[in-house]
Amino acid sequence: MKEVEKETSMFKEEVLKAIRKEQERWERECLNKEISIHPERKEKFYTMSGIELKRFYTPCDIEGFDYLRDLGFPGEYPFTRGVHTTMYRGRLWTVRQFAGFGTPEQTNKRYKYLLSIGQTGLSMAFDFPTLYGRDSDDPMARGEVGKCGVAVDTLKDFEIIFDGIPMDKITTSMTINPPAFVLLAMYIACAEKQGVSMDRIGGTVQNDMLKEFIAQKTWIYPPEPSLRLVRDIVVFCTKHVPKWNTISISGYHIREAGATAVQELAFTLADGIEYVRMGIKAGLNVDDFAPRYSFFFDSHMDFFEEIAKFRAARRMWAKIMKEWFGAKNPRSWWMRFHTQTAGCSLTAQQPLNNIVRTTIEALAAVLGGTQSLHTNSMDETWALPTEEAVTVATMTQHIIAHESNVASVIDPLAGSFYVEWLTDQMEEKAWEYINKIEEMGGMLEAIKLGYPQKEITESAFRYQQMMENRELIVVGVNEFVLPEYDLPIEILKVDPEVERVQIERLNEVRRKRDNAKVRRLLDDLKDAAKDEKENLMPITIELVREYASIGEICGALKEVFGEYKDPAYF
Amino acid sequence: MADERKVKILVAKPGLDGHDRGAKVVARALRDAGFEVIYTGLHQSIDQIVQTALQEDVDAIGISILSGAHMYVFPTLIQKMKEVGLDDVIVFGGGIIPLDDIPKLKEAGVKEIFLPGTSLETIVEWVRENVKPRKVTL
Repeated sequence: MKEVEKETSMFKEEVLKAIRKEQERWERECLNKEISIHPERKEKFYTMSGIELKRFYTPCDIEGFDYLRDLGFPGEYPFTRGVHTTMYRGRLWTVRQFAGFGTPEQTNKRYKYLLSIGQTGLSMAFDFPTLYGRDSDDPMARGEVGKCGVAVDTLKDFEIIFDGIPMDKITTSMTINPPAFVLLAMYIACAEKQGVSMDRIGGTVQNDMLKEFIAQKTWIYPPEPSLRLVRDIVVFCTKHVPKWNTISISGYHIREAGATAVQELAFTLADGIEYVRMGIKAGLNVDDFAPRYSFFFDSHMDFFEEIAKFRAARRMWAKIMKEWFGAKNPRSWWMRFHTQTAGCSLTAQQPLNNIVRTTIEALAAVLGGTQSLHTNSMDETWALPTEEAVTVATMTQHIIAHESNVASVIDPLAGSFYVEWLTDQMEEKAWEYINKIEEMGGMLEAIKLGYPQKEITESAFRYQQMMENRELIVVGVNEFVLPEYDLPIEILKVDPEVERVQIERLNEVRRKRDNAKVRRLLDDLKDAAKDEKENLMPITIELVREYASIGEICGALKEVFGEYKDPAYF
Repeated sequence: MADERKVKILVAKPGLDGHDRGAKVVARALRDAGFEVIYTGLHQSIDQIVQTALQEDVDAIGISILSGAHMYVFPTLIQKMKEVGLDDVIVFGGGIIPLDDIPKLKEAGVKEIFLPGTSLETIVEWVRENVKPRKVTL
């Protein structure tokens, strides 16, 4: 709780007193009469996170508000107003649609299409086997090859995906976690083949294992070796791939798994704190690696709460970096973030309505100052999006950027009594969680205790109950339900042939490569893995250059690290 | 009394799909409604699911799948259940499943598919109506 600092507060005591007095009069004379005749729709109003809301807000709700301390100026500490000096007046956010499906050829075609309709950065979606570091011919991969994203087994697939796409001109975000070190190695090796050295490539690997254990559940190894691989990427890139964002600290999956906005904010920052400690422990100077950490948030349907969350997140991270870790470089204080609209807010019923939901969520992200944005497509509760659905989602961003005029003024909601109050609330409630996690010994320890996992499971259940008893209205689902409907949209089907094609290509690669060399390098990898101090990136790059597969590399490390099993809380 | 035992349901997450929000919410709702519920946790192979169903002697299996692999998972599961004599165990499911796949899944032996937006009450009611304790074969 911020203590009221009278000297720097923008509101004079006499003014506040007068407002309070007038408000009491208004309640007596107007409000009480009105609600005795026309009661309000509900007895109490809440944000989606459960914060109780007043009818309206006045300076009395933010009486200690200090402009210079709490907001400052764009591009300056504490960055509440945004990380860049001119924000969208200088450069609009990056339109970054997460995409990938089927074979590398199909994905290459989709990427070229996205770039042709004004997308400015790529965002790679991988299929489940790839996400778990398994080859397309792994028994557990049956039925899933190419389904939720593109299938990648070896460098050969990368060469096809980036065929005709200049890797020095685009930046690429890869949503990949336990095998992030392999995919990053493939990206480096693929760029090398295009004649682009690793100091010139730019992009992001998600590489956020903490949130995997908390929410997304894509894991291979137990927490400690998982974090060691995260560290190896951070250390390697800090030295050799300076334009690479080494961790995308992600609240998105935490939210989608059922967390509230407050929990998303708190757990994400607690993860960030753990990763900063990890870098320092690895011997790096905080100002050398922290500027390359970026964030990734969800934007859900409670418009003002989301905006408040984004503003609070920037201010909190700036404080953490400057005050807790003593970072000196202003870029270490920056919270840059990507936003995706909330997949879990979309409905299977009346899918065209999802365009409207996505628009509201995207607008909140923009008013919250996001650096890049993914807008979901209307058909994603049914399958991966069709080209038509993706086009609408992409154009939604262009309409916000160019037609709504919201990008002309920086942080336009600042100074709203409500938004400033709610920003303070988000911050206060998130600190409570962070303090609790700190008492447990940090996020890694909290995860081992199952703390964030259980909190999220609880929230997910509560959310569903709120829908069941209609405290939460979702149009077309528990209110305004239309009887029997025909699905008015086309659905994308991934050809089951993908699996066969992909396995064939993998077998061909295995026939043509130098297998003795691959085996030798895999043994070297295992040896290196046994020494906690070794960095596994250089040898992984060598392995992918020789067309070792993701399953072979991740499988070799399983022999050393072991595997993690789901504690299955419900 | 044997025929008054609680209905036992296995909630399972097949394959590599990590989306467990729905499975866990449904598992809890069924438990709260008085059924005996076993949740497999993530990343189960179809063989593992069948083994658990056998060992736990369940009356129904609820599969949650959002990865797009449903056209492989359900028919394979039902085939393997038949092979070990679990023909009378009811299979139902939910997740991201396109409408025109539903008749094909039902033809393969899936009793019901619940789509996103289905209320917990609907699922609980359906289980109450459709799943009865199996006769124990000695």
